[in-house]
Amino acid sequence: MVELTLPKNSKVGTGKTHPKPDGATNTKAFNVYRWSPDDNQNPAIDTYYVDLDTCGPMILDGLIKIKNEIDPTLTFRRSCREGICGSCAMNINGTNTLACTTGMDEVEGDINIYPLPHQPVVKDLVPDLTNFYAQYASIKPWLQAETPSPSKERLQSKEDREKLDGLYECILCACCSTSCPSYWWNSDRFLGPAILLQAYRWIIDSRDEHTGERLDNLEDPFRLYRCHTIMNCANTCPKGLNPAKAIAEIKKMMVERR
Amino acid sequence: MGMRAPLKNVRGLGSAKEGTTHWWHQKVTAIALIPLFLIAIGCFISLVGAEYTHVRYVLGQPFISLVMLLLIVAMFYHLKLGLQVVIEDYIHTESTKVFLLLLNSFLCAVVGLAAALAILKLALGG
Repeated sequence: MVELTLPKNSKVGTGKTHPKPDGATNTKAFNVYRWSPDDNQNPAIDTYYVDLDTCGPMILDGLIKIKNEIDPTLTFRRSCREGICGSCAMNINGTNTLACTTGMDEVEGDINIYPLPHQPVVKDLVPDLTNFYAQYASIKPWLQAETPSPSKERLQSKEDREKLDGLYECILCACCSTSCPSYWWNSDRFLGPAILLQAYRWIIDSRDEHTGERLDNLEDPFRLYRCHTIMNCANTCPKGLNPAKAIAEIKKMMVERR
Repeated sequence: MGMRAPLKNVRGLGSAKEGTTHWWHQKVTAIALIPLFLIAIGCFISLVGAEYTHVRYVLGQPFISLVMLLLIVAMFYHLKLGLQVVIEDYIHTESTKVFLLLLNSFLCAVVGLAAALAILKLALGG
């Protein structure tokens, strides 16, 4: 649904400013979106100062330090801290990216952190991605073939394997989908860049035999064709992938099979 | 709603199995409009300050009226397809959406046909 202004209970206020750590000379300010479902308050921005001399270099290091040393109530997802799990996807200074692979030195001045845009918030920086995961399940992200399994693995030529490059690296962090205006307005029906890239990953797989059914499932004014090639997805992808190109390839196949 | 599994909502009524024609026609009309607009604009520029009877005569020439007719058909079809997408993108209240989609279809058809009729009248010497 199009919402150009925030609803009244989502307006972001000013929160607490936590004092600088004692004796710290080299600090960086973190302005972090806070919201809790427990206290009936509007969201607010809390400010924390992180002592850079005793902190790791990444933004996730800063968040973990805040949680450990300043405010244990700060809530965010993180797991692998090396850009492969996608848990710490958040909006950092206006761009969706992974906190663990973004250095504090990449940001001039204060670091402003919000949850991924236009998703329900569970708490603080944790978005509710239930719909996103259900959309992923809907494209049947597994190999479907009629040919009985050979005694060893299903073989694939080197050239066919190369077609998966630029697709298999997707970690489903949802940075791209939540940066896409079409996904903001129509995420109930539009599958969004991440899921369409994943769909293409199976469509183009030489071992998968359900290509036609997969295309049938996507051929829909909303599921696929809400993509208007805005390209935010490719701009924001922390893994440097290009979902818009994958979507364009799907659209080309749709024309090709007519 | 709250008790449904998320996959139930996502799968919804299923795929409409269409959309490709709409997308393809939008691309094709977009390409067609490039040469048509260039010729039409060139023609209009050459007619700046011309006499009324001369303008009628030029627009009635077979090649020019053909270009104008093609331009009108491609343009209003392209307009209809494009506006439809904008309405579907942004309007989510079902009644408003249906009303605007109908209005879009009717207005594009009426204005487009009226324009085509005007050209035909000139071309066929009405």
